[in-house]
Amino acid sequence: MSLGWRKFKDRAFTCLAALSVVLAMVPLISILYAVLKMGLSSINLDFLTGLPKPVGEPGGGFGNAIHGSFIVVGIASVIGLPVGILAGVYLAEYGNNKIGRTVSFVADVLTGVPSIVTGIFAYVLVVLSLGTFSAIAGGVALATIMIPVVVRTTEEAMKLVPLELKEASLALGIPQWKTSLRIVLSTARFGIITGALLAIARISGETAPLLFTSFNNRYWFDGVLNPVATLPVMIYTYAISPFEEWHAQAWGGAIVLIFIVLMLNVCVRFAARQRY
Amino acid sequence: MKNEIVLFAVAVMLVLAGCAGAPQKEQPAPTKATTAAAPVAAAEKITLNGAGASFPYPLISRWSFEYNKIKPSVQMNYQSIGSGGGIRQITEKTVIWAGSDAPLSDEQYSKLPGILHIPETIGAVVVAYNVPNVGKGLKLSGEVLADIFLGKITKWNDQKIAAFNPGVSLPDKDIIVAHRSDGSGTTFVFTDYLSAVSDEWRTKVGRGTSVNWPVGLGGKGNEGLAGLVKQIPYSIGYVELAYATETRIPYAFIKNREGNFVEPTLASTATAAAGAVPMLPKGYESWSKVSIVNAPGKDAYPIASFTYLLVYRDQADEVKGRALVEFLWWVIHDGQKYSADLLYVPLPSEVVKLNEETIKLINYQGKSFVG
Amino acid sequence: MNFFPFFIHRREKLRKSITADNLFKLFTGGIALLGVIGLAVLILKELILGSMLSIEAFGLGFLYQSVWDPVFNDFGALPFIYGTLISSLLAIVIGVPLSLGIAVYLAEIASSKVRAIITPIIELLAAIPSIIIGLWGIFVFAPFMREHIAPPLQNYLGFLPFFKGPAFGLSFLTAGVVLAFMIIPIVSSVSREAILAVPNLQREAALALGATRWEAITIAVLPYARAAIFGAVILGLGRAIGETMAVTMVIGNTPQIVASLLAPGHTMAAVIANEFTEATGDLYLSALIEVGLILFAIAMLVNALARAIVWKFLRVKGGEA
Repeated sequence: MSLGWRKFKDRAFTCLAALSVVLAMVPLISILYAVLKMGLSSINLDFLTGLPKPVGEPGGGFGNAIHGSFIVVGIASVIGLPVGILAGVYLAEYGNNKIGRTVSFVADVLTGVPSIVTGIFAYVLVVLSLGTFSAIAGGVALATIMIPVVVRTTEEAMKLVPLELKEASLALGIPQWKTSLRIVLSTARFGIITGALLAIARISGETAPLLFTSFNNRYWFDGVLNPVATLPVMIYTYAISPFEEWHAQAWGGAIVLIFIVLMLNVCVRFAARQRY
Repeated sequence: MKNEIVLFAVAVMLVLAGCAGAPQKEQPAPTKATTAAAPVAAAEKITLNGAGASFPYPLISRWSFEYNKIKPSVQMNYQSIGSGGGIRQITEKTVIWAGSDAPLSDEQYSKLPGILHIPETIGAVVVAYNVPNVGKGLKLSGEVLADIFLGKITKWNDQKIAAFNPGVSLPDKDIIVAHRSDGSGTTFVFTDYLSAVSDEWRTKVGRGTSVNWPVGLGGKGNEGLAGLVKQIPYSIGYVELAYATETRIPYAFIKNREGNFVEPTLASTATAAAGAVPMLPKGYESWSKVSIVNAPGKDAYPIASFTYLLVYRDQADEVKGRALVEFLWWVIHDGQKYSADLLYVPLPSEVVKLNEETIKLINYQGKSFVG
Repeated sequence: MNFFPFFIHRREKLRKSITADNLFKLFTGGIALLGVIGLAVLILKELILGSMLSIEAFGLGFLYQSVWDPVFNDFGALPFIYGTLISSLLAIVIGVPLSLGIAVYLAEIASSKVRAIITPIIELLAAIPSIIIGLWGIFVFAPFMREHIAPPLQNYLGFLPFFKGPAFGLSFLTAGVVLAFMIIPIVSSVSREAILAVPNLQREAALALGATRWEAITIAVLPYARAAIFGAVILGLGRAIGETMAVTMVIGNTPQIVASLLAPGHTMAAVIANEFTEATGDLYLSALIEVGLILFAIAMLVNALARAIVWKFLRVKGGEA
């Protein structure tokens, strides 16, 4: 094989690799561009704070959906964060045995649960028992996604704490449990919070689990035992409708959703870079 | 250290923001409407969850909106998920009112003791299409429609279509059939009609809220199907009239029983319903035999349908039951004045009377809410 | 007979064991077991219970029957299994080469400045909620596929069974490409980690022997990281299998098994999303839950396989998962 040919291959492959990077960026840019171009015109104060209007009536907004999303994500966090963090603490501190490793593995595998399945799960568990679609059901479905993720990120964050810190604390006579909580946990708190925020960002954008749990609502939130409007579900409902005004509002909702999710992600990364 | 505090604060704020109470941004209180009943316990908010047919959704959403102006404490929350969904959810009792254009089958009816049918309006199923340069008014017959949806007629310029439309230039393109992917009363009405005019359809596919479609793409809800037709050139689908007009999609004139090609309008739809009115069952009976497709009448539009609100006769919650009955009473009386604008046919007075009798049956522990 | 010492001994032992440490361990351990294993078991249990009606009615036939007829209550999951497989395979075929190219570029070729800019941008793609990708899919990408990609495919490759028939824009192909975009972040990032974990000695040895940069990559680096890259691909497959919203909006929602990629199809996740609230009849609902059970089982198996491979590689080679 001649050197020339090999050099050519080298250059060709390098170009291909660079091309794949460019190709991967194209949809990203296209999506962001489309969202901004088609949605920006819908954003105004009424859109952000008003209720949806009936078919044929102009105006109206996603105020209830934005509020509802916060609520459902809040419920999921109240369930998912404590469970996830405490479980992660256990795995990091006491998990160095067969059971611990199995639990960790199962949590890893569970992070890949198809989100629609969590919807079925919450429907059977909560909706059927309560006899109604509800914000709680939506929260449970989202918590099911959240828990494995938070367990793993907490475990990894705690494991990053240097052994010396733990040993020093134990050597000073501080009991194991206090060491775990006060020394290791607080040293790792940055990583744990990061993991929590990323999990929150992820579930904020989920639609499938909410389709038949929190359902939807044309009005403001009326208690956790009632259906509630959420941003992703509203976007979906309006997007598949045939009404032009609703399409524009769907894009508007998309801007708000992307803004929330990206802000959370950017904050996390920015802060991470700051620290190191 | 600072970063952690910032992040933690963000997290806490998010969680708190969620749990915070709803901002008081409701519709401005009505200045003129006087409510009949005395204000109940300082306007305690009631949400009555409903779900079902997308067929009447434009009208129901208007009703909920207008009714909320009159009674700000009552939220009629209806989700358009298809008639099949409505029937399912009212069976599970996860909703208190359901919408369906398909009347309950005998089997479904037997499984829901105490269920009441209340027809709230009458609408038309139109055949909408998206063919460049062909506007509203393509003439089609029932047999041709059945053949298209069976996949036997595949091109727009097929002989059988051209025969009815001599002046129209039809392209040599494949017909892209679109149908509902969810359980739908509109599908029920449409397949009811196709079964009535085509033996092959009746035996091969049959009628139902969900059928085994021989060909075509699936759209979710009247909304999704109208969206598909609007988006995809050379497609054809079936939607309720309001969806076609709201979105300015052209629709066909269908050949009726007498042989006339009829445009779906308020008048032709009302004509179709008129014949059935004297023979309607009582609200608590089974409506499985009620059908106004292919109705007799020179100017009758052949694909018309009642659409029903399904509620239980015996209500479990007094407050909600009362609110429901008041809403239903308003719907069949004052609500009807919103129908014509959205191209739904207002209920004939005989049907209003029938519904009044039905609504009087709704009770809490034996006591009717009316009177 | 002196029982006292015995009982006192037992009581002392009990008192000593109720230490704060043990309580803490028990408490957090309990939460870990319940929250993870308990959750997994509970999900499985609810899915199985819900599917019982359908399992009893159709048995194993459910997996290879292709009729989905709610009118006559005859259900078979094959069209959805087919659709899930095809769209996921397409995602792999299109997405993996792109992801590898990106991984190699970022790990081996790019300067650290370029890397610092591009890496977060790729990960941004992962952060975009799938509903928004679906939105972009119906309004921007599907028309693009229908108008600019499908016609050339039909003209030049129309003799192949894969590109026959009319193109609606909503099809297996569109869903496959959208899924490919969605798996790029995870496949490329795990592959990149794997490549970075390859010891420098390998590269240096190849370069010392006169290899060009690409030869070093293909001969020394990639084979070494082969297992983990394979794991990354399986991870991507798992993600593609479970994806719901973006797929449901671009695949056409038609349960059918056809060779043409330009035809509309359906997937397990999409049929559940579409028909769940509307399933009249207990058998219909049970059939849908059974589809969910099959989806869950497949996704979990694929994920478990992937994680096992990636774990083993990255732990042994000394990197962070």
